[in-house]
Amino acid sequence: MRMRVQISAIYARWRSNRNAVGIVLLALFIGTLPLWLGTPYALSTMIFIGIYSIVTIGLCLLMGFAGQISLGQSAFFALGAYGSAILSAHFDWSPWLAMVAAAIITGGIAAVIGAPIFRLRGHYLAMGTLAFGAIIHVIAVEWRTYTGGSSGLPGIPRLTLAGTPIRSDMSYYYLVWFFVLIALIIALNIVNSRFGRALRAIRDSQEAAASLGIDVSRYKLQTLVVSAIFASVAGSLYTHYMIFISPAAAELDLSIRLVLMAAVGGMASIWGAPFGTAGVMLLTLGLREIVPLVTRHGSGEYQIIAYGILLVAIMIFMPEGLIAGARKAWERSRSRDTGPVAWLWRRAQRGGQRIRVLGQRGQ
Amino acid sequence: MPQYALSDYIQLLVSGVSIGSIYVLIALGFITIYNVTGVINLAQGEFVMLGAMLAVTLLGLGLPFIPAALVSVALVTCVGVITHRLTIQPARHAPEVSLIMITLGTAIAVRGLGLLFWGTIPYALPEFTPGAPLQIMGAVLSRQRIWIMGVALVVLIILYLFFEHTLLGKAVRACSINRGSAEVSGVDSSAMSHLSYGISAGMSAVAGIVIAPLTLVTYDMGLGLGLKGFIAAIMGGMVSAPAAVAGGLVLGVLESFTAGLLTSGIKDGVAFLALFVVLVGRTMNLSMRRRRS
Amino acid sequence: MDANTILEVQRVRHLFGGLVAVDDVSFRVYVNQCLSLIGPNGAGKTTLLNVIAGVLSPAAGQVLMEGKSLNGQPAHERARLGIGRTFQQALVFKDMSVLENVMVGCHLQGQTRLIDAALRLPRTRREEEDVYLEALRFLNFVGLGTKAEQMAANLPFGQQRLLAIARALASKPRVLLLDEPAAGLNRIEKSALVDLIRRLSDMSITTILVEHDMEVVMQLAEWIVVLDHGKRLAQGTPDDVRRNPAVIEAYLGTEVE
Repeated sequence: MRMRVQISAIYARWRSNRNAVGIVLLALFIGTLPLWLGTPYALSTMIFIGIYSIVTIGLCLLMGFAGQISLGQSAFFALGAYGSAILSAHFDWSPWLAMVAAAIITGGIAAVIGAPIFRLRGHYLAMGTLAFGAIIHVIAVEWRTYTGGSSGLPGIPRLTLAGTPIRSDMSYYYLVWFFVLIALIIALNIVNSRFGRALRAIRDSQEAAASLGIDVSRYKLQTLVVSAIFASVAGSLYTHYMIFISPAAAELDLSIRLVLMAAVGGMASIWGAPFGTAGVMLLTLGLREIVPLVTRHGSGEYQIIAYGILLVAIMIFMPEGLIAGARKAWERSRSRDTGPVAWLWRRAQRGGQRIRVLGQRGQ
Repeated sequence: MPQYALSDYIQLLVSGVSIGSIYVLIALGFITIYNVTGVINLAQGEFVMLGAMLAVTLLGLGLPFIPAALVSVALVTCVGVITHRLTIQPARHAPEVSLIMITLGTAIAVRGLGLLFWGTIPYALPEFTPGAPLQIMGAVLSRQRIWIMGVALVVLIILYLFFEHTLLGKAVRACSINRGSAEVSGVDSSAMSHLSYGISAGMSAVAGIVIAPLTLVTYDMGLGLGLKGFIAAIMGGMVSAPAAVAGGLVLGVLESFTAGLLTSGIKDGVAFLALFVVLVGRTMNLSMRRRRS
Repeated sequence: MDANTILEVQRVRHLFGGLVAVDDVSFRVYVNQCLSLIGPNGAGKTTLLNVIAGVLSPAAGQVLMEGKSLNGQPAHERARLGIGRTFQQALVFKDMSVLENVMVGCHLQGQTRLIDAALRLPRTRREEEDVYLEALRFLNFVGLGTKAEQMAANLPFGQQRLLAIARALASKPRVLLLDEPAAGLNRIEKSALVDLIRRLSDMSITTILVEHDMEVVMQLAEWIVVLDHGKRLAQGTPDDVRRNPAVIEAYLGTEVE
């Protein structure tokens, strides 16, 4: 009985400790970053990194854990952004209420399209999600009464805190990263639970997962809804920060950039998502500085060349992603098992103790 | 509701068929690669863009039109082979998701290179035979549309002759039917994969050159055209060429009628809705057939 | 139907394309019995298992569990009703630790839904600890307790087989379908496997065993159903089957001993 208590306590602590430490460290970093990097440019960059991180965290759940490709994630982002914008600008809803309503609507839409779309697999799923994204983009351009058409919708109210609108980038930065931390905690909780294990089982073998009683299509659908809600919230945060929204938010290019961010961090790594996002954003900014020095064309989005090459290279050489791949390589280099059982086992052997194995009848 | 005359419908039908012919060429490109390598090449549309852009550039360098077009097609064919060698070959054992990302990445990189070389300016290619539009049963028809349909027909015939009546074509087909046994009987399946990429890229380049006089050439024209080609291919179930021809024509006409009778902005929406319906309908059909057997 | 029958296969027929894979096969399995399905390669054994597990739906006939038809029930529902299985290729979840594999097996006992998981409520945490211990217990049962934290992919093949059994057991099946559990095992591993499967009937688990290794079959099976070209060739006790001339004919060249 003493053993039982000991193992489960160690286990619980071991599993959640590593993530808890990570969250605290990230929170400290976020909290202190403006102290030594407080330029307006850096702050607004960090705000965008935070907003896109929320989407990529959801995308990691969907692609890395449930194993379902999405080339239409920008559609959910745009649904959140336009939902928030239309409700608050046209109907004078409070931005916070608009944000929640947009998330609920987006989640509902995801649940409805999920049923037909998850009948598809592989390439067909990729194209199906892409088509969904394209349809949303067309609606954003064409439904001019509410969306403002291709020129966009200006004059969206800001989010408020205790009645006052959040105007400063500094406050918005903390607000966005607060959401990122929440998204991280939720995603990590999901991954390290019965639900997350079921997802990983589905990714490995749908057949084996079903044989253990896992309702494969329900789990895929719920994951899609979660990732859609994450994207929607990020879209709302985006729209209330920019106080403007245009169909660019629904473009295929954004979907692809989001997939790239997730891939750089490692599809199957929740922690990789914010780092992958930051990596791609910083690469973009860096290229915007460098490219004009090299070519005669002054402007243009040349960084997409790098996106493309990076995506191909990662998929060929490091399919686990840069961050997750590096971590796994490091873990593999340590030959010993990590974890409470192996640890207890080693300790017992060192001390010459016999371990009474749990689970034998009459324990 | 405005009144439409019969000639309006004919007009829409013919322009739909001509655009549809372009989709057919691109769709056949998708199918050729898919059947031999099992890859759906999302960079297909970029080959279309490259074909048109290179033709424009070569014309600008002073080459006469026909050599310019032929050199452009040859160059894009090489680009197709190189793309396969560099991106698909090293990852041929990778899971499907990785292959999707790889072709997607290739598409983006090529589009970016297009932007780098040609900028965002639209280029024009002259009509093959300039002149006043033709009048057919009251419909006004530019000469280029005739060219599009004619060239598409010729490419189809060449393709048919190649696959049905040459040894090499039969070898490629053997690979698409059963790679393993084709290898056993001495067919170099890797070479056939390269070849399929080459043929497919070349065909797309032709599509790009013939459509360019109608639409102007921009670095990002490949995305939309590639997707339309994919929709046509998938309407034909990704395997059957005749079905893809039908798919391309139906899609072209559908688009042309939506744009003509409703508004032009939602024609892309209709195309993607068609894709969505076809994709989902396909799986329903499959699972129903499975249940029946 | 008598009360001791837990599972009944009734005139099941399955086609692949135009090919008949299982042709009008019937048999019943009694509670706590170990029934073995044998037959040459391509006889339709795995297909039949897939029909019972709900992966394939039969063209005709039905499978009954305790008198109720399972037709139309998907695989995950059948797991809930108490049908567990292992696969020919073991199919352990390679990206998970050994223990997590078994924890997935405990899926049906869990209550944690998406919202609980996202918020990690105290009861979720408690359940997680319970599942952890439960899984460890099943690992110990098959003798893999010390490997708990290794990656499943790193286990030798024989142990992956055991892991797959532990995982299936964790779903608390009443009928366990084992698809060639002894293939690729050495002598020692085989005898350990036979011991393990024998212990299953103590836990009141009925087993349907598809196996090529006659030694293993003869040690375990109480009843044998012989398939050949999709048809039921014979059935009976091991002794009956061993002496059946039709069976000896079908197995010409292989020793039935």
